[in-house]
Amino acid sequence: MNTTLKTLSLSALAAAVMMACGKKEEAPKPTSQAAAPAEPQPVVVKIGHVGPLTGGIAHLGKDNENGVRLALEEANAAKLSIGGKPVKFELLAEDDQADPKVGNTVAQKLVDAKVVGVVGHLNSGTSIPASAIYHQAGIPMISGSATNPALTEQGFANVFRVVGRDDQQGPAVANYLLATVKPKTAAIIDDATAYGEGLANEVEKTLKAAGVKVLPREKGTDKTADWKAVLTKIKGKKPDVVFYGGMDATGGPLLKQARELKITATFAFGDGACTDKMAELAGEAAEGLVCSQAGIPVQAAGKAFLDAYKAKFGVDPILYAPFTYDAAKLLIAAMQKADSTEPAKYLPQLKAIQYEGASGRIEFDEKGDRKDAEMTIFTMSSGKITPVAIIKGGKSMTLEEYAQAAAK
Amino acid sequence: MRQLRWPYWLGVLLVAATLLLLPFALSAIGTAWVRITNLAILFVFLALGLNIVVGMAGLLDLGYVAFYAVGAYTWALLASPHFDVHWPAWAILPLGAALACVAGVLLGAPTLRLRGDYLAIVTLGFGEIVRIFLNNLSAPFNITNGPKGITRIDGLSLAGIQFNASETFLGIPFTAPIKYYYVLLILLLVILIINLRLADSRIGRAWVAIREDEIAAKACGIDTRNVKLLAFAMGASFGGIAGGMFAAIQGFVSPESFVLNESIMILAMVVLGGMGNVWGVIAGAMLLSFVPELLRYTVEPIQRALFGRMLIEPEVLRMLIFGAALVLTMRFRPAGLWPEKRHKQEMSVAS
Amino acid sequence: MDILLQQLINGLTTGSVYAIVALGYTMVYGVIQLINFAHGEIVMIGAMVAVSVILALTDTALPPAFILLTGVLAAMPVCMIIGLALERLAYRPLRKAPRLAPLITAIGMSIILQHVALMIWGRDPRAFPQLIENASLAVGGAAISTVQIAIIATSCVMMAGLSWFVYRTRFGIAMRATAENLAIAELMGIDTNRVIAATFAVGAALGAVAGVMVGAYYGVAHYTMGFILGLKAFSAAVLGGIGNLPGAMLGGLVLGLVEALGTGYIGELTDLCHWPFVAEALAERCHADGHVVLLGSNYQDVFAFLVLVLVLIFRPSGLLGERVAERA
Repeated sequence: MNTTLKTLSLSALAAAVMMACGKKEEAPKPTSQAAAPAEPQPVVVKIGHVGPLTGGIAHLGKDNENGVRLALEEANAAKLSIGGKPVKFELLAEDDQADPKVGNTVAQKLVDAKVVGVVGHLNSGTSIPASAIYHQAGIPMISGSATNPALTEQGFANVFRVVGRDDQQGPAVANYLLATVKPKTAAIIDDATAYGEGLANEVEKTLKAAGVKVLPREKGTDKTADWKAVLTKIKGKKPDVVFYGGMDATGGPLLKQARELKITATFAFGDGACTDKMAELAGEAAEGLVCSQAGIPVQAAGKAFLDAYKAKFGVDPILYAPFTYDAAKLLIAAMQKADSTEPAKYLPQLKAIQYEGASGRIEFDEKGDRKDAEMTIFTMSSGKITPVAIIKGGKSMTLEEYAQAAAK
Repeated sequence: MRQLRWPYWLGVLLVAATLLLLPFALSAIGTAWVRITNLAILFVFLALGLNIVVGMAGLLDLGYVAFYAVGAYTWALLASPHFDVHWPAWAILPLGAALACVAGVLLGAPTLRLRGDYLAIVTLGFGEIVRIFLNNLSAPFNITNGPKGITRIDGLSLAGIQFNASETFLGIPFTAPIKYYYVLLILLLVILIINLRLADSRIGRAWVAIREDEIAAKACGIDTRNVKLLAFAMGASFGGIAGGMFAAIQGFVSPESFVLNESIMILAMVVLGGMGNVWGVIAGAMLLSFVPELLRYTVEPIQRALFGRMLIEPEVLRMLIFGAALVLTMRFRPAGLWPEKRHKQEMSVAS
Repeated sequence: MDILLQQLINGLTTGSVYAIVALGYTMVYGVIQLINFAHGEIVMIGAMVAVSVILALTDTALPPAFILLTGVLAAMPVCMIIGLALERLAYRPLRKAPRLAPLITAIGMSIILQHVALMIWGRDPRAFPQLIENASLAVGGAAISTVQIAIIATSCVMMAGLSWFVYRTRFGIAMRATAENLAIAELMGIDTNRVIAATFAVGAALGAVAGVMVGAYYGVAHYTMGFILGLKAFSAAVLGGIGNLPGAMLGGLVLGLVEALGTGYIGELTDLCHWPFVAEALAERCHADGHVVLLGSNYQDVFAFLVLVLVLIFRPSGLLGERVAERA
């Protein structure tokens, strides 16, 4: 009885403290809102970005965020006015830890903060559940890196992506292999994640359709370091190509161990393992690796973007920054066209937009996917990944051809 | 029967009023906090369920998250476009609990002879096996959709109320998280009453007897086999209910939500709060759910205020503080922050 | 045949690593009946320290074997100090506490160790420099690399050394006495606190060597590598009978072999196209794909746990364990 009472009063106290906190936190809010309508001061327009800023792929999350940051700062420098009033864009950057549960919490945080648009999330696994929250709030979201087709198959009118889907990247790398290696037998491995499996499935589909014999799928996990048993099994089947859907941290050891076992097949990886890090992790074994990236290589991205990024952050963009940069610019361009920052008003403009971005020309199809997304094929030569082909609309061209076409 | 005096009823009234008004106070700060609270309540369900197995019956279970997964996937598969079936909530939630219960018995039956650490590793293995199957049952026949998870899961809808939609009632806006909060609150009340009644029941005392000394318990005529199985089954079914609600609230489930770390976190809630003590376990679950979120909001500003810049990344510091808190709590209060009375007596007798 | 031989070599190598890590768990358990959940993190830190030292020395003209040895010798004391600190800070104060309390401190310590490692070494995977020319020897059609030979040989030497230490030295006798009965050992004049601390130190030193072996074998070290390795090794220790030294070695080897052979052959065994009746029902898919595999290498962790569960169901105290843990 006594302890019950104590617990009760404790919880009541806790609740009271919480409410008190609530009031305290409320205080600063009205000031920012009160400041906004004042005549000379610009209207603050909040744009959210979500990606993992901690955990295994935090460096990619930061890269994405930087792209958005750059776009907003450029827009602020241009002193835009929308709806007759000067506007100032503000970035709310959140960390979803690549965890769907956390992704929903921070999505709600952004909705609470009344953002008018969201760039993100980075992973498909967090983007898909969070898109429902944005959908309910009527806020447009554009992902610059979520490649799982399911994201735009949900029928949400507010969901877009500017990066190519798995079912665009998979066929691209598979077709490149078909054209150059002409394999009879192929082995496919993935890391049993949504990304790795999704991409591997698309590669398998294309290879099978071309009459290649595909061995039963082998799998590891996103933490596997010991690939010997899987590779030994594959070695016995003597495939001509081996495709791995996974990240560089696992792809490096895989490639190294394969060469130790004297497997001579051509190895091909997806964009998660298409980094310079591969040369470090696999050593000499990485030479000749074929890999693909969804989108155009950073080198072929708009020169202006590259220079501005380097000047601002002191490093080169890693992977998806041109896409998130374009995504943020798209949101702003649509707002300008609609002459309103209200999501409901500028959404139709976003759907119909035609835009020349750092990652090329952008138009959305009826699902919200990018029309004719480009894919790039790289090979590893002397420790660097080097672009060898850009595939757009089923057509393969070299980097120079693409640059010429883009210049026109 | 002791007489209950007015301070007691006043306390109850106060708590009830606070709990009823809490979501509105929280949404004043941000609806995100209502969502965080909802997740915290789900963890209370899980911690209470595990408390039956670990705290009361003394069976160390490191794979508890498997039952959570069973509940979540039951809901996800039977109420989503994946198989294009949309069963009503009143059918799936009990079914999820029942299936989790069956899973609990399946795990319990062969492991009854194992004790202590052997049981720990087998349950851990069981948890991993369930997760690996969920992750891989997309080929050759697609059952769980593998790592991509199941999307567009139906929300809860009961008595004509769609819990996923916002609406205004009597001029008060009820958002989806607030509606779910009330459902969870009612479920919590039910589960709490069951737990409190269990702790003082014949079965509850039998569990404690087994925990304290299995041989003596057996000698006293307790059917240890069935009583242990019952602990697994009851504990698991709470996990199943929590899983079903998780699927409904999130609208998306994937195997990455059911990893071993989650089991360890739930166990930490039970042990930190005070094994066997229902109130302690609830406090433990609340503490471990809210502290990381609070740290998320405070670590960065505090560092900036103190040092003018970020010295340690918030996430890293958050985990360091969390780890240190676990160690220190156990160091100074080894029976948990709010130990069970019986446990406390034992400790003082021992020392 | 050569593929089978290759899988056996793979399994033996992985198994040796598991065995060495499992020894760390089982020694501590044998002495104070405690699962040192943070042992996997000690292995990780061993690998990380070695990578740093080796990277710092690679550009010097020192012979590669010397560099590798320096890496190992640097990792060992670091790990031993961490092991001792763990015992002193997290376990000793809790020796009389309820059974689950030290488990929670162990979890807390492994979270701390992991994130300290993250702060020092970052979140990118570290490439382990290739020091020794990785030549392969052909053995009946299979290839065994020098690293594999080195790992198996080192493990054998370490297991022999440990057995000598535990069964032939005075300190080993004190250790076994403490394991048998702490109170009586104390009455016999054994400084049990010192014995327990030394057990942690020896286990950690073994862990350091294991860390270097893993790093050299797979070519990477990462701040999260300790967890899954620790889990496997702990399973191996339980499989063999926790608290039993030969049991840990046997458990490690069995687990390694089961994983390699399971990964290698389960796919073919569960190819539904080779099963009677089922194949006819699936004729169309079998024709299109050539295979409908029910269980593939994706279940490799399942095999390990399944074997563990089966062994424990029929032998509740592991393959070689005699004592059933009395305290639940």
